[in-house]
Amino acid sequence: MSEHATTLPKAGLSDGTQRSLPGTATADRRKRQRRETLRAFVLGAGFPILLILIWDRAVAITGTRLIPSPYQVAVMMYDFTFGGIYDDAFSGTILTHIFKSMQRVYGGFVLAALIGIPLGMMIGRIKLLRQLLDPTISLLRPIPVTAWLPLSMIFFGLGPNAAIFLVFLGAFYPILLNTIFGVRSIDPRLFEAASMLGCSGTGMFRQIVLPASLPAIFSGLRIAHGFAWILIVVGEMTGVPTGLGSVVMDGRTLSRTDLVITGMIVIGACGFITDRIIVTISNRLLNWSPQHRE
Amino acid sequence: MSDAAVQDILTIRGVTKRFSVGDGELEALAPVDLSIPTGEFVCMIGASGCGKSTLLRIVAGFEEPTTGNVAMYGKAITGPGSDRGMVFQDYALFPWMTVRENISFGPRQRQLPREEIAKTADEFVRMVGLERFADRYPNQLSGGMKQRVAIARVLANDASILLMDEPFGALDALTREQLQNELLQIWKRTGVTTIFVTHSVEEAVLLADRVLVMSAGPGRIESDFRIDLPRPRDVSSPEFNALRRDIARRLTSHLTLARA
Repeated sequence: MSEHATTLPKAGLSDGTQRSLPGTATADRRKRQRRETLRAFVLGAGFPILLILIWDRAVAITGTRLIPSPYQVAVMMYDFTFGGIYDDAFSGTILTHIFKSMQRVYGGFVLAALIGIPLGMMIGRIKLLRQLLDPTISLLRPIPVTAWLPLSMIFFGLGPNAAIFLVFLGAFYPILLNTIFGVRSIDPRLFEAASMLGCSGTGMFRQIVLPASLPAIFSGLRIAHGFAWILIVVGEMTGVPTGLGSVVMDGRTLSRTDLVITGMIVIGACGFITDRIIVTISNRLLNWSPQHRE
Repeated sequence: MSDAAVQDILTIRGVTKRFSVGDGELEALAPVDLSIPTGEFVCMIGASGCGKSTLLRIVAGFEEPTTGNVAMYGKAITGPGSDRGMVFQDYALFPWMTVRENISFGPRQRQLPREEIAKTADEFVRMVGLERFADRYPNQLSGGMKQRVAIARVLANDASILLMDEPFGALDALTREQLQNELLQIWKRTGVTTIFVTHSVEEAVLLADRVLVMSAGPGRIESDFRIDLPRPRDVSSPEFNALRRDIARRLTSHLTLARA
């Protein structure tokens, strides 16, 4: 777009190149876009397929009995989903486990977001709060979440609450720190502009601080969401009977590696799908900011 | 001043500003006294570091004067307020709001009825000629369009003083010239008192009723020129060039002093 043309809206020259392309050019561009999407899909899906082939060959060549072949895992996956093959405690139970794990993952994740975002916005804006809390946060943050396991079992007993607490801890710091970073890096001119236009107090938080730090908040949410799924296995080691983490742990205890790998794949798929959902929401909310689009 | 009937909208009395820089202190403004009558177009010009932006930010309420006071219609200024609106060189538009939302931000803070907000937004979108771009985001606009939005945002908020901090400094020559003309038209139509900081002598003589030449170390108002040329002004006329030469001479004499 030419700089001069766009500054002369009355001349009717501006952005014409963008909006009114002739039909053939549009069709051409759509075709190119489709080819690009297909290419991304083939490359993105091709690599895991290659890995599965290598896995299959490696198991066949070494003749190991410790690792199941992809085919055995696929059978296990089918049984886990629909039942009818092994007919054991795990047959056809996939939805129960997914549902339970999601409750814990999103319980902890949403809790972390509900506390982390407002707290981060306040720490970012209010110097007193920053001086009060920053050293404590820096001190607690390097402690691995797994180290909290014994304490969380004392606090919450055996059961889902301990798992939610661990997921919460893992998700809280990335959300909090990204929010603080996002608030701290807002152009101070925006606060000046808002205050001269009559904005103050909580209106400033709602109308300026939150939307301006939203890109950073969303990258925090994505990182936190990843951690939340990672921690579900740890969280469900705390002695809960259902959940994808407990399936993996049970598989280990029973030496059923096919079950372990099945659980791993389902966890990965759940994390992948929900990550895509977060990216879609963030693209919609951040459509004003092209550098944050994916 | 000949026009005694016009009330002063802004009075600045003995305003100084010191910044602490490392261990020491920087005296940004020596005592400044200045009165601006309602409706006047004032340009402040001077070398970098002469305190012109600092003075503007004190009037806006973004900075507090170290001593002295600033009053608007006799009432002391204590902080930013919607009676004074700043147009920044780097626009400072809210990037997550469309053109229309940026412009209606001020009216929305006052919780006016929805129809009234919409009407005001439409009116000022039209005033700066951005009807076709009303639903775009700032990053989809050119620099000139962004600066139009920034001006409309302040005017839609009913500001009585328009503060402009080198507003056209980042624009190319053609766009700059066009915006200067548009600004003059808006100023004539609304009668908004305007304080305009610039580096360019030509821009100052073209726009202002009055040009204040500032000098650095510490910043003070060195001379106060009245520009009585009829508008629209012809930049190639002998009178225009005589004034330009006078002001440029004052400016360069301070510049060499400031360098020393």
